[in-house]
Amino acid sequence: MRQAHALRVGAVGFRIGSAWRAPVAAVRTLYEGYPTPADDIPDLTVRLYPERPWRRWLRPSVAIGGDYWLPDAAPLPLAQGLLAAEMGMNLQVALGWRRHLLLHCSAVERDGRVLLMSGASGSGKSTLATLLALSGWRFLGDEFAFVALSDGAIHPFPRAASLKNEAVAAVRAAGGVVGPVLEETPKGTIGYWRPPADAIARMAEPAPPRLLLFPRFGEAARVEAMAPSEAFVRLTQASTNYVALGEAGFSALSRLVQSVPALSIGYPDSGAGLALVERLWGEA
Amino acid sequence: MSRAARLLVAALRDPASVAGLGADDWTALLTAARAERLIGTLAVRFDPRAVPPAVARILADAAEGAAQERRAALWEAEMARRALVGLGVPVVLLKGTAFVAAGLDAGRGWAIGDLDILVPRDALPAVERALIVAGWEWVKADAYDDAYYRRWMHELPPLIHRTRDRMIDVHHTILPPTARPTPDAAALIADALPLGAAAGGGLSMLSPADMVVHAAAHLFADGDMAGGLRNLWDIDRLLREFGDADAFWETLAARAALHDLASPVRRAVRLSADLYGTAVPPGWSGRPSGDALYRRRLLARDGWGRQRYPFTRLGFYVRSHWLRMPPAMLARHLWTKARRGKQ
Repeated sequence: MRQAHALRVGAVGFRIGSAWRAPVAAVRTLYEGYPTPADDIPDLTVRLYPERPWRRWLRPSVAIGGDYWLPDAAPLPLAQGLLAAEMGMNLQVALGWRRHLLLHCSAVERDGRVLLMSGASGSGKSTLATLLALSGWRFLGDEFAFVALSDGAIHPFPRAASLKNEAVAAVRAAGGVVGPVLEETPKGTIGYWRPPADAIARMAEPAPPRLLLFPRFGEAARVEAMAPSEAFVRLTQASTNYVALGEAGFSALSRLVQSVPALSIGYPDSGAGLALVERLWGEA
Repeated sequence: MSRAARLLVAALRDPASVAGLGADDWTALLTAARAERLIGTLAVRFDPRAVPPAVARILADAAEGAAQERRAALWEAEMARRALVGLGVPVVLLKGTAFVAAGLDAGRGWAIGDLDILVPRDALPAVERALIVAGWEWVKADAYDDAYYRRWMHELPPLIHRTRDRMIDVHHTILPPTARPTPDAAALIADALPLGAAAGGGLSMLSPADMVVHAAAHLFADGDMAGGLRNLWDIDRLLREFGDADAFWETLAARAALHDLASPVRRAVRLSADLYGTAVPPGWSGRPSGDALYRRRLLARDGWGRQRYPFTRLGFYVRSHWLRMPPAMLARHLWTKARRGKQ
C-alpha cells in the first residue's frame, strides 16, 4: 500500500497500510516512541482503502479491512482516518488474536496488582482508567485486557485511550492532555489521550489481577458484590475470543472469576467514581 | 504473478524454501496465507525452530486455531448425525469436515467454516424438518433468495444453529442444476464410503475419485475461484494420498466422465502438478496455454492480502455466472438483484 506504518502495542505487532497519507501520519504522531513489531514481522495487518477506486479522491471514504473484516462495517470520511485506523486495530485484535483471552475491559495497575473494569460504552471504564493513570496508577489499556492463558496475568495493551464526549473535558480538567479530537464521528466526539511514557516503556510487563469492577456512570453511588458465576457470564459476553479459544478460554475465565472479587458499582460523576475505586481497592 | 502468492506456493510445496526470507517477505507470505485460508496448513508443515520467533508465534496461533476448528467441525457433524440418524437416509460429509473426519492429509490445518452435507434429493424435505426440530433456523429471510435456492440451487437455503451459531449447507448434488455439467448425484451417494466410529457411525464420505471430482467442480465450475489456492491444495493432498492406489487414475478418469466434469478435473490435476508439484501419470500433466489465465487468477493475492488483476477477476466472476445459469435466466437474476439493491 502507498502509506504504511508498523508499531507494537503490548504483545501485538501491527501494520497499518493506507491509500491516503493523512491517517498513517496521524497514527505515526499519536504513537510516536512506540516500539516496532518483534522481528519486524507484524502479527496483524490493517488496511484503509477506498471502497471504489474513484473514492480515493472523490468524497474520499475510508473502508476498514485487513486480515479480518466484518461484512457490514461502514466506511468513514477521510477527516476521521485516525478513528478508522484505531477501529481497524481493534477489529483485527478482536477477531484475530488468540494468544490471550481478550476481555472488553480497561485495566490499571498499582503495587504490582491489576484493577479490571468491564462495561459497555458509556459505563465510564475508559475515563476512570485514564483518571487513575493521571493519579499515579500504571495504565495498561482502556479497550482490551489481555488475560494470559497460562497463569492468568494481565498483559498491557496501552493503546491511546479513546475518550468520548464529556470524558474529554473531564480528563482535561484533571490535567490530562487530549488530542487530537474528532468531532461528529458515528460515536460522537472522540478525543485521544496518549498514555504516559512509563506505560509505554513497561508495555511488556504483566501483573496478576486483584479486583474486578463493573462500573455504571451516572447512577447513585452503590456497591454490590457479584457472584463469580454472574461475573463469568458477563465476561463471556464481554470477550471477543472466548468461543474461539475453546477450553483454554473457559479455563482462563474460570480462574479469573474465582481468584478475584467482583463488584458492581454505580457512581454519579468522575470525582465520586475515583474516590469509590480508591476506597474499594484499599479494602480488597 | 504476485510475489506473495509465489512465496506462499513455494512454502507449501517445499517448507525449506523459506530459509533466509527477510521480514518483509515473511510478512507478505503470512498475510497472503491468511487471506487464502492456508495459514493453518503452513503452521502444521513448518518446524517452529526453523523460523523467526515472531513467525513461530503467529503459526502456533494458527495451528491452535485449526485444532479448535477441527474439534468444532467434528462436533457439528456429530450434532447433524444425531439429528438425522432416525431418518434412515444416507448422509455424506463433504469438503473440510469430511477430510478431518476421515483423517486425510488434506484436512490438516483446514479452516472449516460451515458443515456441508450431501443427501438424496427426495430426502430434502425430511432432512430440513429434522434439522429445524434440532434447532437450526433459516438465515435468508428474503423471499426471492429463498425461492431461488429451492428452485435453482444444489443446496437448501443455508441454515444456522440457534445456539451454536454454526451454519449447515445441505446439498442434493455438487453443482447447481442450472449449470452446464450435470454430475450424477445418485452415483456419488451410492459409492460413498462409511466413516468409522470416529464420526459416530451413520455418516459417510465420497469415494476417493469422487472427492477429487467434487474438489475440481468446486474450484472450476462453481464460483469465481476466490480461495482457489486452498481448493487446489486440497486436490494436491488428495492426489498424493490416493494416487498410488490400484487403478486410481483410471477410476478418476471414469468418474470425471460420468459426472460430466472431465475437463475441469484434468485442468485441476495439471495445475496441481504445475503449482504444487503433485506426481501425476503421463498423459495427465502438461501446460496448455489456456491454463495461464487460471494460474494468474490463482496467484492474484498480494502481500497486503488484496486480490490483484481486477480484470482477470471480473472475467472469472462473469464466467462463474455464465457457467451457473443460462443467459436469459442470468439476465433475470441480475435484474432482480440490482432492483433489490436500490430499495
